[in-house]
Amino acid sequence: MTECSTPSVLTGTRIRERRLSLSRRQSDIARAVGISPAYLNLIEHNRRPVSPELVARLAEELDVPADELAEGREEVRIAALREAAAHPVASGLSPELDQVTELLARFPGWGQVLIAHARRAGGLEHQLVDLSDRMTQDPYLLTTLHEVLSAVTAVRSTAAILVEEGEISDEWRRRFHTNLHQDSQRLSMTAQALVAYLDSFEAEGSAATPQEEVEAWLASGASDAEITRLASDAARGMAAGLQADLDADRAVLPDQALSDAVTNPEARADPVRLAARLDMPLDLVMRRLADLRPAGYEGAGLLVCDGSGALTLRRAASGFPLPRPGDSCALLPLYQALAVPQMALVRDVVTPDGRGFRTFSHATRSQPRGISGPLLTTARMLFMPIDGPAPADALAIGPACRICSRAECPARREPSILVPQPARNGAVSRDL
Amino acid sequence: MQDILMIEDEVNIAEAVRFILSREGWQVALHADGAGALEAIRHHRPRLLILDLMLPNRSGTEVLADLRADPDAELAATPVLMLTARGQVDDAAAQADHVLSKPFDNADLRAIVRGMLG
Repeated sequence: MTECSTPSVLTGTRIRERRLSLSRRQSDIARAVGISPAYLNLIEHNRRPVSPELVARLAEELDVPADELAEGREEVRIAALREAAAHPVASGLSPELDQVTELLARFPGWGQVLIAHARRAGGLEHQLVDLSDRMTQDPYLLTTLHEVLSAVTAVRSTAAILVEEGEISDEWRRRFHTNLHQDSQRLSMTAQALVAYLDSFEAEGSAATPQEEVEAWLASGASDAEITRLASDAARGMAAGLQADLDADRAVLPDQALSDAVTNPEARADPVRLAARLDMPLDLVMRRLADLRPAGYEGAGLLVCDGSGALTLRRAASGFPLPRPGDSCALLPLYQALAVPQMALVRDVVTPDGRGFRTFSHATRSQPRGISGPLLTTARMLFMPIDGPAPADALAIGPACRICSRAECPARREPSILVPQPARNGAVSRDL
Repeated sequence: MQDILMIEDEVNIAEAVRFILSREGWQVALHADGAGALEAIRHHRPRLLILDLMLPNRSGTEVLADLRADPDAELAATPVLMLTARGQVDDAAAQADHVLSKPFDNADLRAIVRGMLG
């Protein structure tokens, strides 16, 4: 993956200060994060850009939150307190937002306590959502539980026949004994597999599905060498395919050509004009913008879905609530693009915690099996953080309904587990 | 016409249920897949359909919806006992005449079938 610059030139200074405070040598840190000492030296003197992925690796090595390296401790603390104040649990309260800086200056200890509690609550909430998702949607878990229940049902009915049914022929008795043996073995193996799988839940943030593995690989820099370290065959195959697609895109639209094109202000602000300027298809340009993240597209994320709305690729942007496959916000402009193929849509959106994002969405259609073959639709949504407050007319989106705090939403499918909601309204009741 | 057609992909469950109900004097036919289920129902025209919810290729819910939408009104009205591995009866399964959760008691199964066949 191509590296890109973060907005702040002070990141390097913070990296240097943190390293020195730990009395760590430049060469040790550089080796640990996979770059040369000379390159780290340039970064520390703010003479080289540093990608979000590298910031994350450096932060881990320096035992400091990545956002503190990228944005600075004071800014991070102010943002953390504002985020805590924006949480739905604080709705109806009136925290003095204009005095956050003073609070941190006068009561730094209390400020840190508040932030620590808010972060812990956020972490627990995240874990709750993750576990809830797995319990209700994880196909492996559902299949395995069904397998257990089927084996238990067979064992119970068969054992009851042998005990309660009185006279049974030898042939049937032998058959039922064999069935009991088979089902008890199946139950034993399935239960072991289930326990092993549930144990893996303890590894917080561990990738659970091949798609999630591939997304984690993408987020960590998408290096060729890392593909072989992915856990599943399916993930390795998907990553290799994606890598080939990325390489093909880069061959058609090289980094330099894209970087040069975005220097034009009009083209930078409008991917449709950018595509016209490059004389390239818009979908290719959107994919390359999410991959290269050139000036104006720093921190960009990308969502791709097929005609059924199933998400086939998720590339994160900082602060954006990435939708779960099969359970995302119906209001995302990505899905609106499906209804108007070949038409590019621009829409500002705002997340429940008040962060604004500009989105560009576009859907394409194809018939890979010729004129008689099925018509396939693919939609893409490129999204970038908006500096400053979200525009007043931004579309209010959220994560999956179950974990969304917006009480009034025309697209709500089910009540939220985080904030009490009306049992049924909007889209649900009208269709039943 | 068969008394009962059971659509269940778990062979050992199907075998146990057939044994229990056969002892009551009912004839029980088996089909193991969601695919071709409607054809099997048309072929056997059972007085009672015992239908598993989680079937390969086509779920019990889909099979039931197909059956209820069949133009043959008599076939569409076939009484259905749905076997479900889920504790809750969802809206689609509510189209069944009875729902029995797995694992079940053989005596309960017998009593429900007796009640449905009259």
